[in-house]
Amino acid sequence: MKQILLILALLLAPLTALAQEETVVAGLSQNEVSITANFNGSEILIFGAVERYTPVPEGNPLEVIITIEGPDRPVTVRRMDRRYGIWMNTEAVEVDAAPTFYAVATTNPFREVISDTEDLRHRISIPRAIRAVGTETEHQRDFTDAVIRIRTNEDLYQVLEGAVTLRNETLFNTSFRMPANLVEGDYTARIFLTRGREVVSSYETAITVRKVGLERMIYTLAHERPLVYGLLSLAIAIAAGWLASAVFRYIRMGG
Amino acid sequence: MQIYLPIAEVSVNAFLLLGLGGLVGILSGMFGVGGGFLLTPLLFFIGIPPAVAVATEANQIVASSFSGVLAHFKRKTVDLRMGVVLLIGGLAGAALGVQVFNALRAIGQVDLLVRLCYVVFLGIIGALMFVESLRAIRRSKATAGAPPPRRHHRGWIHALPFKMRFRTSGLYLSVIPPLLVGLFVGILAAIMGVGGGFIMVPAMIYILGMPTKVVVGTSLFQIIFVTAFSTLLHATTNYTVDMILAVLLLIGGVVGAQVGARIGVKLKAEQLRILLAIMVLGVCGKLALDLLLQPSELFTLGAASGH
Repeated sequence: MKQILLILALLLAPLTALAQEETVVAGLSQNEVSITANFNGSEILIFGAVERYTPVPEGNPLEVIITIEGPDRPVTVRRMDRRYGIWMNTEAVEVDAAPTFYAVATTNPFREVISDTEDLRHRISIPRAIRAVGTETEHQRDFTDAVIRIRTNEDLYQVLEGAVTLRNETLFNTSFRMPANLVEGDYTARIFLTRGREVVSSYETAITVRKVGLERMIYTLAHERPLVYGLLSLAIAIAAGWLASAVFRYIRMGG
Repeated sequence: MQIYLPIAEVSVNAFLLLGLGGLVGILSGMFGVGGGFLLTPLLFFIGIPPAVAVATEANQIVASSFSGVLAHFKRKTVDLRMGVVLLIGGLAGAALGVQVFNALRAIGQVDLLVRLCYVVFLGIIGALMFVESLRAIRRSKATAGAPPPRRHHRGWIHALPFKMRFRTSGLYLSVIPPLLVGLFVGILAAIMGVGGGFIMVPAMIYILGMPTKVVVGTSLFQIIFVTAFSTLLHATTNYTVDMILAVLLLIGGVVGAQVGARIGVKLKAEQLRILLAIMVLGVCGKLALDLLLQPSELFTLGAASGH
């Protein structure tokens, strides 16, 4: 009897494993965003399919969550208060790391597609993506909330519930609109498949955001050779000043 | 046409910047002021980070002052000796001002300081100019074109030691007051991102007693060096000078200045001054309201101070 059970278990093991086996295959419309002089934001299309060797499992429907995250930077959040009749900064809180850009798109309302525990583990929702020490108190939370509110107003943080289209529990796609005020760096795109609010598979890929051409040159010069850059700026200013005066003197003499 | 500014890291409309530069250029050509006091708050308003606005504005003023001073050299209305004395004070002031700016930026009070400076100085200068030009208009109506009585400055300024002769200005006076004026304007130039002409010009006339015809040229002469120096300091310590922003502003600025100079010729001096006074008071009032009224967003984000 024991032997039969063992054989059964051995036979079923790969099957159950296969039943869990739903993996993401995905692609991006572009893996590189170039910030040129006339950069005005960028649209990124993310699409993919769910790969599985068994029929679509019964029960909880498949959900897809897609995130794009910019490089983390520390942020100082300041609050204004009225002192001596005028509004001034009175209190500052440092947030250790907040993504400079964060967009999350889902197939359904956020709370329906993922549980809190899974959100905490994978840091998917915006508040989870921000790391701050001691955000447990109500007071501290005001400051992290302010980061989210301000960046959401600037389109730097986006929650796009229902923006992912999923067909036949297999094909999915969505698009993100990245605003013009992007910080350069390595961005990460993540795709999570969930069933019953649990993550069953995930996929990660990188998007590079870089200044190119003139923008690259100016930025590099300003940070690596600040003195040369400063002198060059002055030279341009003086040349422009001289040129303007010369041109208008010529016009005045002519006219 | 949107253009991405590499240092400010924001995307703005290039024509908006050209227009702002041009508008302020017209005003500066009409009134003979640098226009930095108007342009810097306008740059804040369109979303340029304050640190970048202040540093880049300094660079832009170098261009417009250089363009202006060339004309004054031709007319020999630059008091080089006075300019150099003011400059020594000015450079020391600019160095001090950038230090103050950085220290306050670290504790998050730089916006407040810049705004307070604007409110206080624009308020004082605007009110003085307004009253003075009103009086001048009334006087010119009463006595129909009689020249205003020239003031003679005697007293404590002439009791100070280290006297020096300033030929072009026709003055014999201690170097202490010009050094102090230079120092003070240098500090303000670095903090407010302005040339300081709107403070320097009245100070030269009313405190130092310089003749009006050499005041503008001499002021421009020393402003070039002070703002060039603060540009370099901002570029090397904060990396906040945005070359593309500066170029767009100065193209608009130098063209506007020439247009403004022509409009200015057609208006009477008192009318010009009263217009300028109203404008200065307007900017001052707007900034004061911002300080007094509750802002819609109480929180602001800044790059971490990195300590």
